[in-house]
Amino acid sequence: MNALPADAVPAHEPDPRVDRRRLSHLRALEAESIHVFREVVAELERPVMLYSIGKDSSVLVRLAQKAFAPAPLPFPLLHIDTTWKFRAMIDFRDRFAKDNGLDLRVHTNHAALAEGASPFAWGSNKYTQVMKTHALLDALRAGGYDAAFGGARRDEERSRAKERVLSFRDRHGQGPKNQRPGCGTYSTARSGKGESIRAFPLSNWTELDVWQYIWLEEIPIVPLYFAAPRPVVERDGVLLMVDDERFPLEPGESPRIETVRFRTLGCYPLTGATRSAAATLPEILREMIEATSSERQGRLIDLDEEASMEAKKREGYF
Amino acid sequence: MAARARGGGALGSSADEHAAVVSWLREQEAKDLLRFVAIGSVDDGKSTLIGRLLHDAHGLYQDQLSAVRRASLKGSTRGAGSISEIDFSLFTDGLLAEREQGITIDVAYRYFATDRRKFIIADTPGHVQYTRNMATGASTADVAVILVDARHGVIAQTRRHAHIAALLGIPRVVACVNKMDLVAFDRGRFDEIVDELRSIASRLGVEAIHPVPVSALAGDNVVERSARTPWWTGGTLLDLLESLPVADEDRDGPFRLPMQLVLRPGLGYRGFAGRIARGTIAAGDEVVALPSGKRTRVAGVDVGGREVPSASAPLSVALRLVDEIDVSRGDVLACPSAPPVCAAELEADLVWMSERPLDPGRTYLLKHTTRIVRAAVRVLSGTDPETLAPAPARSLALNDVGRVLVTCRAPLLFDPYRRSRRTGAFILIDSVTNDTVAAGMIAEKTKRDGTADATTRTQVGAAERRERLGQAGVLAAVLAPALEAARELAFAVERELFDRERVATVVEGPAAEAAGAACARAGLIAIVPGVGGGATLVVDGEVASSDPGADVDETARAWAAILASRSGASP
Ligand SMILES: Nc1nc2c(ncn2[C@@H]2O[C@H](COP(=O)(O)OP(=O)(O)O)[C@@H](O)[C@H]2O)c(=O)[nH]1
Ligand SMILES: [Mg+2]
Repeated sequence: MNALPADAVPAHEPDPRVDRRRLSHLRALEAESIHVFREVVAELERPVMLYSIGKDSSVLVRLAQKAFAPAPLPFPLLHIDTTWKFRAMIDFRDRFAKDNGLDLRVHTNHAALAEGASPFAWGSNKYTQVMKTHALLDALRAGGYDAAFGGARRDEERSRAKERVLSFRDRHGQGPKNQRPGCGTYSTARSGKGESIRAFPLSNWTELDVWQYIWLEEIPIVPLYFAAPRPVVERDGVLLMVDDERFPLEPGESPRIETVRFRTLGCYPLTGATRSAAATLPEILREMIEATSSERQGRLIDLDEEASMEAKKREGYF
Repeated sequence: MAARARGGGALGSSADEHAAVVSWLREQEAKDLLRFVAIGSVDDGKSTLIGRLLHDAHGLYQDQLSAVRRASLKGSTRGAGSISEIDFSLFTDGLLAEREQGITIDVAYRYFATDRRKFIIADTPGHVQYTRNMATGASTADVAVILVDARHGVIAQTRRHAHIAALLGIPRVVACVNKMDLVAFDRGRFDEIVDELRSIASRLGVEAIHPVPVSALAGDNVVERSARTPWWTGGTLLDLLESLPVADEDRDGPFRLPMQLVLRPGLGYRGFAGRIARGTIAAGDEVVALPSGKRTRVAGVDVGGREVPSASAPLSVALRLVDEIDVSRGDVLACPSAPPVCAAELEADLVWMSERPLDPGRTYLLKHTTRIVRAAVRVLSGTDPETLAPAPARSLALNDVGRVLVTCRAPLLFDPYRRSRRTGAFILIDSVTNDTVAAGMIAEKTKRDGTADATTRTQVGAAERRERLGQAGVLAAVLAPALEAARELAFAVERELFDRERVATVVEGPAAEAAGAACARAGLIAIVPGVGGGATLVVDGEVASSDPGADVDETARAWAAILASRSGASP
C-alpha cells in the first residue's frame, strides 16, 4: 500500500478520446515491430538490415521507414547475392532501393564462385552453406556490424517457433540452451564483445498477416509472387522455373509454359513454383485463406534435411 | 491455362471478387489479438493441448500435418498405444535437443486465428530448471492456461507456476484439468482439483479462475464439446479463449511515453520517439518531461510518419513538442497532473533467472522501460514453495521468487506493476556477462523508514488476515477543501462500510498516515481525512474518485461501494 499523498492528487479522469475497442491485430503487430527497430538502433552501434528481396523484406523495409520517419533509415541494407537469384528479383531489388533511397550493399562469395559453386554442381546443402551462410558471416564481419535485422517469422517452420525477437550469436553460432531469457519487451539489446545480435521484428507475424499488411499498405513486391505464364520443368514433383541458360536440362527434358506463381523466393534452382492463376492480391489472399499447404513446401532445402534450420542456426545463419 | 486479362496493377480483378476480399479484410481489421501462455508441470500435456487446439481449429496446414506424421513414425520417444495416431506435441516441440529428450526446453510460439480473434500462444517448459523461460513466456500474456494432470492433481510445480503467473499479473486464468480420459471423466475428481486450484488462486490474490475438464490427446472439450462429460455445462477451452474479455487497461491510465530515441532528420523536425506505455496523447495536450520537470505542449502526434489526431498505448509514436526542451533516451514524457512515481529506492518481486545466485554485495544493471541504471539488491524475503507465503531468505537462486529492496544510483520513473505491467516491470542484467539475471515487478509501495520492518518481519501473512476478516486491507484518503468537511465525509463512509458488514475505521492525528497504513496492513479499511483541492477519494495512493455526489450521504454511499469492492468479495 502506498503512503498517502502529501497533498491532493488531481484526478485523472478516464479519457473520453480513448478508443474502447482493442487495437486490431495488425496495428498491434506494427507497433511491436517499430519498437524493436528503435530499441536496437538506440542500443547498438552498427546495425544492418539483411535484405532478401522477398515480400517479408518489403514489409520489413516499410516498418523500418515507419519507425524512423521522416528520417531516412539509420542503417544500410545488406543483400547476399548468390548470383543464382531470379532475374526479376535483382531488377526489383535495384529499382526498390533507388525508389526508396536505400543504402544497399551487395556481397557475393566470389572465391567460391571461382571454384565453380552452383546449386546444380554442389548440391543444395553445400551450396547454401558456402554461398549464403558463410557469405553472410563474412559480410557481417567485414562490415563490423553488431546487429542484423532479419525478416524471419516464427510461423515459418517448427524450429523457428522458439526463435527470440532478439537473439545472440557468438562467433561459434549458438546453442538453444544459452539463449538469454528476457521478459516481454525488456529483452536487453546490449551485447558483449565478439557477439552480435539478430533482431526479428516480424517474429509474431504470420504469412497471412504479411499479405494483409501488403494489401493495406500497398507495399510493392516482386512480380514473381503473382501468377503468370513461365517456363518450368517438373522434377520430383517440384516445379522449377528455367530462369536462364545455366539451368542444365536433363536429356529429353524441355521447359514448358505454365501459369505459376511463387510463395517464397530464393535461388531459382532451389525454389519451387506453385500452379496457380492468382495474378492479383485479392486472388492471392483468397488462395491463402483457402490454403492447404504451407509456404515452405516449395523450398527444396527443407526436404533435404530434417531440422535444417536448426543446423543453420548453430552455424550463425538464420 | 490461357492468360486472361487481369487488372495489371496489384489490386482488383472482377468487381465481385475484389469486394469479397475487401470485406474479408475489413473483418480481419476488426479482429483483436489475444496472447496466452500454457503453463503447468512437465508431462501435464501442454504441448499436446496446443497441438490439439491448432489441429482442431484448422490452424494447421495440410503438409505440416504430413511432416509431423513422418516424424511420429521416425522417432517419437513416447509410449505407444495412444488414443490418437498423431503425437500432437510434435507440433510445438520443435528443437532437436528436446525431440531427443521428449521435453520442451524453450518457449515455443504458435499462431492461429478463428473468426473472432488472432491468437499468439506461448508453450512454456515445465521443468524446474526452466522456470525462467516460463516467466519469459508469461510476461506479456493476457490469459494463462494452467494445466493439471487429473491423475496427479496439483503438485508443487503447479503451485510455483501459478505463483509466478499471479506475480506477473496475467489478467485471466483458465484451468484445464487434463487427461480426464485416464480418470474415466470422473466429475468428483475434477471438482476436487478445481477446489484446490481455487484455494491457491485466492491465496495468490487471483480474482477468478475458469476451469475446463479436457483430454488434450483425444480432444474432449478443447474445440469440440465432449459427449463423455455430460455433467459439464461450461464451454470448451476455445469458447473461453474466444470470449474472455481482455481489456487493455493501460490505455486508460495517465499518459506515459518512455523515450526511445529522438528523430532529427534536419529541417527543424524533432520527433520524440517511443512506444506509449500508458494512456492517450493528442496535439495540444500538456506533458511534463521527467526527471527534468520541464513542461510543454504537444504540437503534433506522428504514427509511422503520418500525423494523427491522437494515439493510445501500445502504439509506437513520435511526438513533436511546442517548446525546445531537452528530452533524451531514458526520460519519460508524462501527464503532468498524474506523473509516475520518481524514486531511487523501491520494493519489488523478483524472479531470479541465473545459475549464479543473487549477490547482495555487488551491483547489477537495471533496465526499466528505456532507462538503464546501476542498482544494489537486498533480499527482504523468499517464498515457501509449499505455502507460497513469504519465508526468510538471504539470497535468491535460479528460479526463486522473492521480495527485494532495490537501491538505484539514479531514480526510476515508474508505476507499481499492479497498475501498469509496462511501466512497473524491469530486468536485472549482470554487467560482466551481459546476461539477464532477473525479472522484477515493482511493488505497490516505495520503501519508507519503519514500514519495511513491520511488513517483512510480521509472521502473519496478508492472505491469512484476509481469510480471518473476510476482507483485504485498504488505505484510503478522503479529501475535501476544508478539513471539517473531509472528516464529516470520512465518518459517513465508515458508517456505510459498517452497514455493509465491513471492518473500517477512521484514522486521525499527527501520525495518521503511518497509523492508517498499519490498520490497512492488519486487514482493516483505514480512512484518513485530509485537505485537498476538491472532494477526492484516494485509494492506495491513486485517485479512485473525484466525483462527489449531490450531498454527503450520496457521496459516502458511492465511495463506500468503491472501498468495499477494493477490499474484496463480501465476507
Ligand atoms: N491419456 C492422455 N495422455 C495425454 C493427454 N494429454 C497429454 N498426454 C500425454 O502425456 C505426455 C506428455 O504430454 P506433453 O504434451 O509432452 O506434456 P508437456 O510436458 O506438458 O508439454 C505425452 O505422452 C502425451 O501423449 C490426455 O489428455 N490423455
Ligand atoms: Mg511440452
